[in-house]
Formats: sequence, C-alpha cells, structure tokens
Amino acid sequence: MSAVAAEASTGRYETIRIADPVARPTKIAAKEVYVHYGAKEALHHVSIDIPAQAVTAFIGPSGCGKSTFLRCFNRMNDTIENCRVDGVLDMEGEDLNDHSLDVVLLRARVGMVFQKPNPFPKSIFENIAYGPRIHGVAQDKAHLQEIVETSLKKAGLWEEVKDRLNEPGTGLSGGQQQRLCIARAIAVSPEVILMDEPCSALDPIATAKVEELIGELRQNYTIIIVTHSMSQAQRVSQRTAYFHLGYLVEEGPTESIFNNPQEKRTKDYITGVFG
Amino acid sequence: MASTAETPALAGAPSPRSNRDVVEQNLARRHRNEAIFRFTGLGAILVGIALVGVLFGSILIKGVPAFTQATMTLEVDFDPEIINIPERPVLQASQSVAEYEQALLSWRRRLAFVNWNKVIQASLAKVLPAAADNARDAAGMIASGERIKLRDMVEADPSIVGTTQAVSLVAAANVDVWLKGNIDRTLPQHMQQLSKLQQEWSDELYQRGVISMAFSTALFTNVDSRSSPATAGLLGAIVGSVMMMLIVLVVAVPIGVMAAIYLEEFAPKNRLTDLIEVNINNLAAVPSIVFGLLGAAVFINFLGLPLSAPIVGGLVLSLMTLPTVIIASRASLRAVPPSIRQAALGVGASPMQAMFHHTLPLAVPGMLTGAIIGVAQALGETAPLLLIGMNAFVASVPSTPMEQSSALPVQIYLWQGNELRNFFEARTSAAIIVLLAVMITLNALAIFLRNRFERRW
Repeated sequence: MSAVAAEASTGRYETIRIADPVARPTKIAAKEVYVHYGAKEALHHVSIDIPAQAVTAFIGPSGCGKSTFLRCFNRMNDTIENCRVDGVLDMEGEDLNDHSLDVVLLRARVGMVFQKPNPFPKSIFENIAYGPRIHGVAQDKAHLQEIVETSLKKAGLWEEVKDRLNEPGTGLSGGQQQRLCIARAIAVSPEVILMDEPCSALDPIATAKVEELIGELRQNYTIIIVTHSMSQAQRVSQRTAYFHLGYLVEEGPTESIFNNPQEKRTKDYITGVFG
Repeated sequence: MASTAETPALAGAPSPRSNRDVVEQNLARRHRNEAIFRFTGLGAILVGIALVGVLFGSILIKGVPAFTQATMTLEVDFDPEIINIPERPVLQASQSVAEYEQALLSWRRRLAFVNWNKVIQASLAKVLPAAADNARDAAGMIASGERIKLRDMVEADPSIVGTTQAVSLVAAANVDVWLKGNIDRTLPQHMQQLSKLQQEWSDELYQRGVISMAFSTALFTNVDSRSSPATAGLLGAIVGSVMMMLIVLVVAVPIGVMAAIYLEEFAPKNRLTDLIEVNINNLAAVPSIVFGLLGAAVFINFLGLPLSAPIVGGLVLSLMTLPTVIIASRASLRAVPPSIRQAALGVGASPMQAMFHHTLPLAVPGMLTGAIIGVAQALGETAPLLLIGMNAFVASVPSTPMEQSSALPVQIYLWQGNELRNFFEARTSAAIIVLLAVMITLNALAIFLRNRFERRW
C-alpha cells in the first residue's frame, strides 16, 4: 500500500516486465491505457503485450481493475455510464479503442465469456446460431448446422447435447452452460476470447473441464482470462499479469511470476498474505 | 438498553452464560413483536376482504335481479284496420332510385304514425277484457319502446298484417317495480306509480303466467332511453367503451412501450432525462379530471374534434394511461437480467438487436400486464369523460369513433342519477356488474398472457 502511495507522489509506477524465454508474436499491444469512472481513475497507464495463441491470466485482489482492463479489449466498457477509456489497444495495426471502429465488428473478432454462465433463454441450437446469424456468416441452413456442430465439438459439449439441441440452454448444468457460452463465443470465429472469471460459479469438476477446454482452445485462439484462483492461473496460462489498485504491477511468464515474483506485493498476493 | 447491558460481556468478560441469558430475556419480546406484526397483517387482509365482500355482495344483490325483467307474452293482432297502410313500395322499372327512396320514406312515415297503442290495447284486451275500455291504463302496461318493436316487425315483413303473432313485450318499468316489490305496496294511491287498475292487472297477469320474469336482452341490445326506461340498454355505452379501449390500445401502448425502451436502454443519463423521468412519475399521479380538462381544451377547442365522441375519449384516456404503460414497461425491462444483454452484446449484436432479440421478448409479459391493467383502468374512468361531453344523453350506437356516444362508466353515472330511482337502482348495479365483468375478463387475460409468455432464465 505505502509503496503505491509513495510512487503516486514521487512519480509514476513502472511495471516490472519479464520477457518470455521463447519469444511469442504479439496479438494485442496495450499502450498507456487509462480508465476513468467519472472523475475516478480506475486504471493507471497500463501497458502490456498480449501474446498470440497463448493464455494470458490477469490476477489481483478484487477491485484492482483487471476486469475493467479486460472489458477494454471488446469495448464492453462502452455500455457503462460515465466510463472513459484512453490509450491505445493495438491489435495487428488497428486501434481497438479508436471510436470510429465499429464495435459490432470488433466483438465479432474479440469474443467474451462472462463470470456467470448467461445462455440466452432459447434452445441450445439457437444459442450457438445467434452470433453467426446476426453477422450473416452462415450461407444456408446446412452451413449454420455445421457451425453449431463444430462450435459445440470445440467446446467439448457436442456429445452431451447432440440429442437435445432444441431444448432450452438454461436447462443445462452450470458447467455445461458455461461451455455453451464458450461455444457461443467460438461460433463467430473470433481471434481473441476474453474470459472474465469463467469458473467462479462452477464446481471443481466443471472447472476442470473448462480449464481443459481452455488448454485446447489456445492452439487456435488468443485467450485472456481474469481469475481469482492462483492455481487456475498457474494451470492454464502462459503469461500472468498482476494488478494492484489500478496499476499493472508485474507481468511475465506464469512460471516466473509464481516461482520468482520480483515485487513484494505480487509475492504477498500469490503466497496468500493478503487478497 | 440491552446493548449497554451486554457491553461488559462483549468487552472481555468470559461469561457466555450471561450473554445467553440476555438473548433469552429478549427472545420473548421479539417473538411477541413478530406475532403482533403477523396478526396485524392478517387483520388488514381480513378487513380488506370483508370490505370487498360487502361491495361485491351489495352490487350483486341489487344488480342480479335486473338481469331479469317483467315480460308479457301476448297474442298480437296485426289488425289491418288499425295498421292501415298501403303495400310496401317496390322499385318500379319506370321509377328512378330517388323516387323509390322517397316513396319508401313516406311509407315508413305512415307506418310510424299507426296507432300502435291501439294494437297493444286490443291484444291486451284478449287476456284482460277490461283493457278494452281503459286505453290509458292499457298503454301504460307495456314499455313504450316496445311499440317500435311492433313497427319494426311490420316493416321487416309487411305480410304479417292481418295475422296474429305471439310477441313477447317488455312490461313497463313501473310494472316491473311493482312485481319485484321495489315499491311499498302499502303507500297511498296518490304516491303510487301505477294506477289501481294497472296494479290489479299486473298481479293478475303475473299469476296467470302472461307476465313472467325473462332474461332482459334489452339490457344488451338496446341503447339508453328516457321515454321507455324498461327497454333502456347498454349497447351504445358498450360499443363506445370498446372503441375507446381500442384507441387506447392503438395509441398508448405503442407510444408507451417505445418511450420505455428508449428511456431505459438508449437515452443518456442526464438532467433532461431525469426531468422527463420525474415528470412521467408525476403524470401517473395527476388526477384524471385534469386530463379531461386538457382533452376539452386541446382536442375539442383547439383541434375541433367533436364533443362526446369516442375518438376524444380514447385520446384523453390514452394520455392518462401512457404513464402507467411507460412505468410498467420500464420496470419489466429493468427486470431482465443484464447478463442477457451483455451476452448479446458480447457476441456482437448491436444495441438494437440486443434489445429486440433478447431483452424485449423477456420483458413482453410484464409489458402486456402493464398495458392491460392500464386499459382496464381507462375503461373504468369516468371523470375525464364528463368534461368532454360524454355525459350527454346519446340514444344511438356509434358506427365510427367520430360519432356521439356514451360509455359504460358514464352510463352508470347517468343511470345512478335517473329520477325513476326504484327501477334504475337495480339497472345501475346491473351495469356495474357488466363493467366489472369486462374488467375481470381483461385482468384474467393479463394473467393468462403473462403465464403464457413468461420464460425463465
């Protein structure tokens, strides 16, 4: 705490960065991102490179700004009253924070899975088909069915639901619902998938399934996951970023963050001294 | 007080026993308070139910008898000597249509001038020979509007002239009152509504079964009448009310729902929208008579719409219903979990798509309930209608919303003030029953629709 206060008075805090042992291509480069809720600055000059085809975990105590930062990537902060995002989020040469960029297009490229499973109160099929349908991706009915099937297969849900595609998605178990939401995100073929504490409402078995799924998905997608579970971050991610009171304190390869944290606050948090 | 007593125990005295005692001490009081609260609530509900019971009971006891009415079945002689009219004109080849219409009109006029009282008197004389010599008393036995029924029969089929037909005719209101015991039979004759002769005739015919209590179809098929109270009905009022309800549905519901959607989902939160919101809530509390004044000033004086017309009534009631619809619609939109909206936005739906594909369908049951309750409220509203002239006596069924009309609640108000008290008291309650039946049907529909469309998430 006092360290942050000192930095706030003396100048800006510089994030400790540890490079990957194997260099990965960067998918999104966030530069000097500030978020304000009204007059309150919730996120201070966050800069981070998100590697492609890897899982990046955002960790930190509640209220540290990690979910706020996550929502910058698909501009969900736009839907929050009084929320202002400044800075550049460069995805392959395009600034995601540029307000001339169409958010509809952006959200087709950057999908999102939420904390609480939130399937539409419609059939399983309709849940998956909705995205492709509004974007006009499916050429015909057969194609749409194919998209639904491949999405469910990728989400590891196909075997469980293939006989009841017309039943309501809300009738599935919590873990199945969350995988349905992942399948729904996959169905529009995004490049990046954002996950905001996707397992916090699930039991350990369902969590294991979703984690396994995340491991498979990273072959094809860039994934950013916000999590409160240290062990989950260790299990699923390749890079970890530690946030504290709106600052990005430290970021680096997951192994090095957990085994050899550079900052005292990071160390205290991951060893459970606070948070 | 209890807390000060506890403080030392909490502060570190290692005596859990005393703590327990303190809680136990308070326990009886807490339970007592709870019991008192429960019984107060129960009492309030019982008082409410009792009051509603008294209200409905009194209306039903008064109103139900009005659904049956003294009706006379007579062998009516369509005597060609009395009904002395030429044959109904038919369109001749040599005639123009205008000439034919004129001939038909004058034939109708002659038909109207036939002395129908005499026809009735002659028919009555068949069952009551004394009626032959007492024209006034005889004519007073039958509702005067029933003469029109005989005329209409002849007009529809002129060939019945010269025949005898069994016709059921509604007895005069005073006969109905006399037979139902709604007038004190011991009153001196100068205070009675029926002449001595008519009283005897009524009782005799009732005993002989010529007069029976039959279902009063007149209540539903006739319009209001002053000259013939026994045949006064609600048809004009029902049609007027239905027209106004349709106007409310067409005007208030779409505007209200769209306003709610905009305010809830798209409007920026600033001083202006705050002001609008506060004013919508205020409008819902504005006395309805004020809306009547507004309607009189704007729709009638400024826009020049006709007085007493359902179009004006419907628009005024729409204004009155609008805040209800907006508030109910906003509440049901707000009740849709934000996670659904986020899910839709998250897969790339535009705000409008998220609204119309996901939020709105989930909010529809609540909106429907609000709309139907608003319409039901509008149906029963009287005060604003008085100010736009709908309390006029209108004895016709409106065929368009621009024509003069009555409305159910106003008809109740008018009948309540009718000078023939002992007949219209029951008639008024009957009209209230009809209004309540329509409202309960509407509310049942609201509940049905809500259950039908309600989806769980």
